[in-house]
Amino acid sequence: MHHRNRHLLQIEGMHPPQIDAMLDLAESYVLLNRSGKTQRDLLRGRTLINLFFEDSTRTRTSFELAGKRLGADVINMSVSTSSVNKGETLLDTAATLNAMNCDLLVVRHDQSGAPALLAQKVDAAVINAGDGTHEHPTQALLDALTIRRRKGRLQGLTIAICGDVLHSRVARSNIHLLTAMGSRVRVVGPPTLLPSNAERLGVDVFHDMKSGLDGADIVMMLRLQRERMNRSLIPSFREYFRFYGLDSEKFAYAKPDALVMHPGPMNRGVEIDSAVADHPERSVIKEQVEMGVAVRMAVLDILSRANHRND
Amino acid sequence: MTDLLFRNVRLIDPAAGLDQPGELLVRDGKIADLGPSLGQPDGATLIEGDGAVLCPGLVDMRAELGEPGGEYRETITSAAEAAAAGGITTLAALPDTRPTIDDPALVRLLRTRGEETGSLTILPYAAATRGCRGEEMAEIGLLHEAGAVAFTDGARAIGSARMMRLILSYASGFGARVVQHPEEPSLAEGGAATQGELATRLGLPAIPAAAEAILVARDIRLAQMTGGTVHFAHVSTAEALELIRRAKADGLAVTCDTAPPYFDLNETAIGNFRTYAKLSPPLRREADRLAVAAALADGTIDAIASDHQPRDADDKRLPFAQAAAGGAGLATLLAVTLVQVHGGTLPLIQALGLLTVRPARLLGSAAGTLGKGVAADLCLFQPDRAWQVEAGALPGKAQNTPFDGRALEGRVVGTWKAGRRVFGA
Repeated sequence: MHHRNRHLLQIEGMHPPQIDAMLDLAESYVLLNRSGKTQRDLLRGRTLINLFFEDSTRTRTSFELAGKRLGADVINMSVSTSSVNKGETLLDTAATLNAMNCDLLVVRHDQSGAPALLAQKVDAAVINAGDGTHEHPTQALLDALTIRRRKGRLQGLTIAICGDVLHSRVARSNIHLLTAMGSRVRVVGPPTLLPSNAERLGVDVFHDMKSGLDGADIVMMLRLQRERMNRSLIPSFREYFRFYGLDSEKFAYAKPDALVMHPGPMNRGVEIDSAVADHPERSVIKEQVEMGVAVRMAVLDILSRANHRND
Repeated sequence: MTDLLFRNVRLIDPAAGLDQPGELLVRDGKIADLGPSLGQPDGATLIEGDGAVLCPGLVDMRAELGEPGGEYRETITSAAEAAAAGGITTLAALPDTRPTIDDPALVRLLRTRGEETGSLTILPYAAATRGCRGEEMAEIGLLHEAGAVAFTDGARAIGSARMMRLILSYASGFGARVVQHPEEPSLAEGGAATQGELATRLGLPAIPAAAEAILVARDIRLAQMTGGTVHFAHVSTAEALELIRRAKADGLAVTCDTAPPYFDLNETAIGNFRTYAKLSPPLRREADRLAVAAALADGTIDAIASDHQPRDADDKRLPFAQAAAGGAGLATLLAVTLVQVHGGTLPLIQALGLLTVRPARLLGSAAGTLGKGVAADLCLFQPDRAWQVEAGALPGKAQNTPFDGRALEGRVVGTWKAGRRVFGA
């Protein structure tokens, strides 16, 4: 393993060999998981804490399963963000964690940069499990693994990321990873849901699904939160579905063998139609979940080794 | 439908730069041919022009119809009658009706109601925000798809900068234009006349001219930031026009229109509390009127709209500050514009461009030209024929003209919609 970073805070700045190494290792864990075997000695005696300041059943469960499969002691901590002074709470929490001798700290927080702040204060290896609208690195890695297994490569693929890119940490991590690996990335959505200067991230910007999906190998849909409508970024769900919801008609603009992905949980009938989401050959949404566990095993494995060496 | 041959007319087609004596042939409701002499087409009904101007039917890019919800002021039928008498064959209708035009079905309804008149194409604006309340964005995509030509909250300004930013940004995804009533709402609230000596003498709550410039400056900046397309309606001040002139010189997607009261009248028209001259925006000072006239000539202003706002006597028979703002404008649109032509500040072909092809293009309509093969929407008028405006004797229902008693030159003698005569003997 050549991954010498102590933490996994973001994809931005990672180099293709690092990413390849993680994906290769994750690949081996896919096979291991499918064979029903375990490697419970790898993280034996290590403590993994899932520190979630924001609710997420699926990511937390995925990390929990990954940690347990490698033999770590897994503890889940949910912290309400409604507590008065968030900054103070975060640093107080760091002090508490240091006292617990935690080895691996998985953090989700509604504020961009919160895991990076914690990483400065804790002894453990910090894994960003999603921070605000910044990054969600393990999601991008699992998406990349899913794509690589299905398409055999990442380089040269055309990938359309559609919907609420503005608020999406998944989109940001995917943009960094996929452009680094040589994919052509597009973002597609209403102007009010696309970040300003998106093209500076190396993507092409589209405001309509027809041109945005034209010739795409992969269509990645993003979750649209109800809050976006309350803030008037879009007028209504029916309008959103009409112009940006992925139904069979819009999916047909992509390549005939294009795959559809979604980080979940899905809003059926808002950003995606069930006929597409449940398509037996072209939807890989369930596969993404399976890849999630393998990718997180690989990340825990690599970071625990890196930190072990640094001890 | 029999063919029509217009003979001995002065053909003016601003879209083609055409201004010459000649003839025009209509076949199957479309313009079949035009030129100096078309010979004797078989069976064509002859219309002798006596040298009158034959131009495309006027395209009015801003009018309130009263319908739905304000039928006591005006109906689509009565507005169509007034429009035909004014030479108008295409009209963009404002959405702040009751109910508000913020649902795709209502957009389709308005289009259909226009077709039913047989004389007037109605191009519906749709609301930029639900209920024109300025709080939530309307379904701009679905409304656009249903045929809305642009998005506006009508007589209300989109006041919140955040909301205007979102609307400009979102609408740009559909290539749609946002039309703003440029008046900073918190500065204009409760005002009845433009700020100045006259308002002070009359003791009327005043609206500063800067209320217009402030919103125009803000929205130009927001259009630049979002890549959106903004159009300012009924611009009335020198300062706002200068901002628009500069934005255009900078290559921004900014356009504007004005209405006849703002280049023909000034604040003194409100005289001794004449509520028919209470308009929104208010009539301005003479220097502003002159600036509007100059901006027509130098191309800063893209269109002249009637800004027709029907009000009935009860809306107006109130103390000035309490009376409803707005003036009827369909029947006087052409003749008041011609005052600028007769005064020598605006060439006739340019004036007609501001009333036909230029607003049509802003609205994405193919109307407003004399191109061969297009629907024969035509206006025949005698540019020198004098008449006097008389409230109570205007065509249509709304009689609240700010031009009551004004002597004008230029009278529509015939209007045709798709080759069918809809006005004149």
